Parts: sequence; C-alpha cells; structure tokens
Amino acid sequence: MGQALERIAVPMLALLASAFLFGLLLAVYARVDPLEAFALMYQGAFGSWFSWQNTLSRAAPLILAALCTALPARLGLVIIGNEGAVVLGGVAGAAMGVALAGAPPLVVQLGMIVAGMAVGGLWVALAGALRQWRGVNETIASLLLTYIAIALMNHLVEGPLRDPQSLNKPSTASIGDANMIGTIPGMDVHWGLVFGIIACLLVYIFLSFTTWGFAMDVIGGNAKTARMMGLNVGRYVLLACGVGGAAAGIAGTVEVAAVLGRANASLAVGYGYAGILVSFLARHNPLAIIPVAILLGGIAASGGLLQRRLDLPDAAVVVLQGIIFVAILASETLYGRLLPRKQGS
Amino acid sequence: MSDGELGIWGVPLAMLAGAIRVSTPFLFVSIGECLTERSGRINLGLEGTLVMGAMSAYGVALGTDSPWLGVLVAAGVGLLLGALHAAICQLPRVNDIATGIGLMLFATGLAFFLGKPFIQPKAPNLGAIDLGWWSDIPQVRQALQVNYLFILGVVLAFALAWALRNTRWGLIVRLAGESVDAALAIGASVGRVRLIATSIGGAFAGVGGAFLSLYYPGSWNEGLSSGQGLMAVALVIFARWDPIRCLWASLLFGAAGAISPALQSIGVTQGYYLFSAAPYVLTLALMIATCSPARSLRGAPGELGAVK
Repeated sequence: MGQALERIAVPMLALLASAFLFGLLLAVYARVDPLEAFALMYQGAFGSWFSWQNTLSRAAPLILAALCTALPARLGLVIIGNEGAVVLGGVAGAAMGVALAGAPPLVVQLGMIVAGMAVGGLWVALAGALRQWRGVNETIASLLLTYIAIALMNHLVEGPLRDPQSLNKPSTASIGDANMIGTIPGMDVHWGLVFGIIACLLVYIFLSFTTWGFAMDVIGGNAKTARMMGLNVGRYVLLACGVGGAAAGIAGTVEVAAVLGRANASLAVGYGYAGILVSFLARHNPLAIIPVAILLGGIAASGGLLQRRLDLPDAAVVVLQGIIFVAILASETLYGRLLPRKQGS
Repeated sequence: MSDGELGIWGVPLAMLAGAIRVSTPFLFVSIGECLTERSGRINLGLEGTLVMGAMSAYGVALGTDSPWLGVLVAAGVGLLLGALHAAICQLPRVNDIATGIGLMLFATGLAFFLGKPFIQPKAPNLGAIDLGWWSDIPQVRQALQVNYLFILGVVLAFALAWALRNTRWGLIVRLAGESVDAALAIGASVGRVRLIATSIGGAFAGVGGAFLSLYYPGSWNEGLSSGQGLMAVALVIFARWDPIRCLWASLLFGAAGAISPALQSIGVTQGYYLFSAAPYVLTLALMIATCSPARSLRGAPGELGAVK
C-alpha cells in the first residue's frame, strides 16, 4: 500500500517542485504571472480537442523512441542510441518509398515500415552485439552510432538519395502524396500514435506474460545466474536491442510517411534524446511510457500559445521539460524514504 | 602568391588552420570531461554547459564591453552547472547518464530562453595573436591567427596531466575514480572529490562555450554549437582519459571537421559528411579493437559506471 502511494507521490512531488522552479523563473526573469502561464499551458496542451490532437501528435514519436531505451534496460543495458535509429529509420523508409514508387500505396507503406524497422533494429542490435561479444560499452557505442547515423543521413540526403529539386533543404525525393499514411479517422493525429500504443502494449504483454520476458528479467537481475541457468544471454541482448531499435526506426519512418513526406535533416530534431528521458521517467515500464510521453508532448504543444500570448521565447517549454526531467530523475532517491515505514513491515 | 596558386596544398593548410581554430572548444570540453571522468563520474550534459557558457559570455561581453569578463562568467556558470550535476548524481540511486542528458536539455533550453535578446547585437571579440607574421601567404597568416584561449587550453592540458600524476590532489582524484574503497581508506571524501572535479570540468566547458560566441564563429545564435559538447565524451575515450592525448585528439577532431570544407573548396564534393563522421568511426574502431569481454577499455577509470 505504502509503496503504491509512493509511486504516485514521488513523481507528483517532483512535478510540483518543477512547476515551482519554472514559475519562479517566469515571475522573476520574464515578469510574467506564473499562474496565468500555467493556465495557458493547460489550455495549449489539453484545453481543447485541437490542443489534444497537437499534444498526441507530438507524443507519438516519443512513445516509439522511448522503447529503444526501455527494452534493453530490462537486461540492465543503458542504450542511448535512439536518435540514430530514428534518423536511419526515416531515411530507410523514404528510400524504400521512393524505390517502390508506382506500386499500390499499401505495398509502399508496408515496405517503408519494414525497411525502417529493419534498419533501426539492426543499428541498435549492433550496439548490443558489440557489448555481448566484444565487451564494448553499449552506452558509449550507441551514442557514437548516433553520430555516425546522423552523418550517414546527411551524406545520403545530400548525395546519393538527393532530389536535385530540393535546393534550400537537401532532401530525398518525395514518397508521393498517395503513399502518405495519413491520419487516424476522425482525428488530426497521424497513425504513429496507434503504432506507439500498440507497441507499448505488445512489449508489456511480452515482458509480463511470456517466458522470454521472464528470462529477460532474470538476466537483468543477474547475468551470471542467468548463464548458469542455461539462458542464451546473447540472444536476448540482440532481441531487446533489435526490437527497441525497430520501434525507434518506426518513429522515423512515420515522421517521413505521415509528416515530412521525404527524409531530410528535420528527422534529427531530438525525438531520440527525448525518448531516452521518457523511458527513464517511466522507469522503463512500457505502460508508463504512454502517459509520460503525452505529458511531455503537451508541454511542447503549449509552447506556441505561450509565445503568442505572453511573448515568451519558444525555448520556455524546453526549460520546463529540462527541469521536470532533472527533478524526476533526482526524486528517484526519495523512494523508500518519503513515508515512514511501520516497524517490522 | 594569390589564392588559387596554393592548389592542392590548400587542403593540409586549411586542415591546420581548422585544427587550431575549431579545436579550442573540443579541447576545453574534453579536458573538463577528462577530469570529471577520472574522478569516477560521467557528465553527458557538457553540451548544455557549453551553450550556457557561450550565451552568458556573450551577454556579459555585450553588457560590459569586456570579453574577458565574459569568459570568466562563462567559467562561473559552467562551474555551477557542473556542481548541480555532481550534487544530483550524489543522491543514492540517481542515474548519472540520464541526469546528464536531462541537464543538457535544461541548460540548452535556458540558454535559448535567456539569450533571446543577444541574437542581434554584436559583442566585442576576444582577439588573437598573429603567429604568421613571417609569411607573405595570406592563407598561412590566417591559419596562424591563434587565439589566447587555445594557448590557455594547451597549458591547462599539460598542467592537468602533471597535476593528476604528481600532486596529492591528483592522486586523490585518481583514487576516487579507480577504487572508492582505496579512496576511503586514505580518508578522502569521494563525494567531495567528485563534486570538485565535476564542477571544474563544467567550468572548462563553459570557457569552451565562450570561445564559440566570442571568437569563432563569434556570435550568439541557437545553432552556435554543432554538438562539440556531446562529442567530448567520444573524445575522452579516444584519448583514453589522458589530458595530453585529449589535446592531440581535439586537434585531430578539429582537423577532421575541416577536411570536408577544404576538399569542397578544391572541387571534391563527394563524401563531405562521411569525413565528418571519421572521428566517431575511429573512436568506435578503437573501442572494438581494445575491448574484450574479459577486460574493459585500457586506461578507463575503474569506478566509471558508464564504461564498465
């Protein structure tokens, strides 16, 4: 009982502290009434159907990118290569979309998703493989792979895959309007949200109700014990990294297939890095990823309104996100200490 | 000699010029990160510190007309951000990798938030020493325009290497990084050592940011940093946690960044971006070559969780 209460109370406390600090910054530096600002933020994030759609659209790539950190974390691996998988997933999707031009839209769309999943999955699995068989630290390797992925994207988009007509912002050729995956019926939110929620549910079911999921928890608890039990640790490392990378890859593909229509530098705008933090805030729990991503998407969505009404710089919402991340990460230390324990329990 | 006559020799010259000019921020963030990691802590947030340093240095230089006061303030801001990172990571069960990324987001956001008014006006420049006075070739003279901060960085790299090896303070930092038990055995407070090492590391990164906004490129805008702070982590591994090797690695990273524009200027346009990825490929190759499942990277501090 106490534990469940703590799991709600600690993040709430961290959120309150963040709101206080951000309010202080607004009141002291920007001379803006913090309460008015928060009311506006609520309106811009969740106040109307329009803002909800904006929020959900922004949450979609975060949900998918977060899985790239959350799944390997079950094995005790810290993967921070999400951005690389997002970017390459987008490029692979666009390349496949262009290559399949002329085929029926459904074929093109499926091809794009498969390409994005495969490339994103392989990219992150590479970091896992290096860890497993060469002892290379997976955190640093996946960070380096992100830089290499962004350079590769720039190379492909400016060179071999470039559409000569894209002058100001080098891009691949367009995948064609007919092949865009469009929005969820009745909403102005693209299908990435549905993919993300389905992916989180599948991962949750997989981790909670299958032997493989149980095996992953055993490995995460103690890899040596797992090996003695005869578990093939390498296979699970590849699986977790591959599936996580594939999820981040879809995030990139969906950006191309639903928003941008082509691959270019707009893929590398930090969904991957934000995904790392979403995963940590959700304590790597696939179901918690969804609300955390929606909260952060909401904060991002409210930036425009703050800018228009209160003349605040658009970076204001980034500051708030940063404060929330740091506060929640720091609040990790409060677990088990917040509430007085009953004797003997 | 005129511009075109240098021909193919323009490429190595441009790389030298680029190495000297572009490497300074790399140098500062990498020796800062090196010190932090030698004490057993990793700070992934130096990118944010760099941007905050750049913004505060520019703002102060603009307000007081003194660029050096700007550098000083940037160091102070970096110190505070470093101390904040260290203080949070010291709490039990807090993950230092995630905290670093969180602080990176916070500091870049804060820099853009507070730095909005500084985007237009022009602040005074730090200036440079002209080491190319002996040459008639304009490119050579330009290449040898060396900023004071570069020289300061070189001095700091050697000083840090010496201090880590030869002073009591250096020994304690290395102990905190290699073995907490050993550090406790000689009565050192590991938490305090890491707090100091991370704060000083942050101050270095702040100065690196001041170089960006006050010398090269020499202005403040939101696209100022091209990820130099993030690269610091790769650089320190590449340099295997040695400040003097950080200096060479920074020059190499600077030169690698200058290859692409230089090649483009003589008409080679293919593979522009692939060259810029060279440092990361090299770092990864180095890690693959020197790691094995039984042994972690040579030279890595034993208590550095992120590299275990």
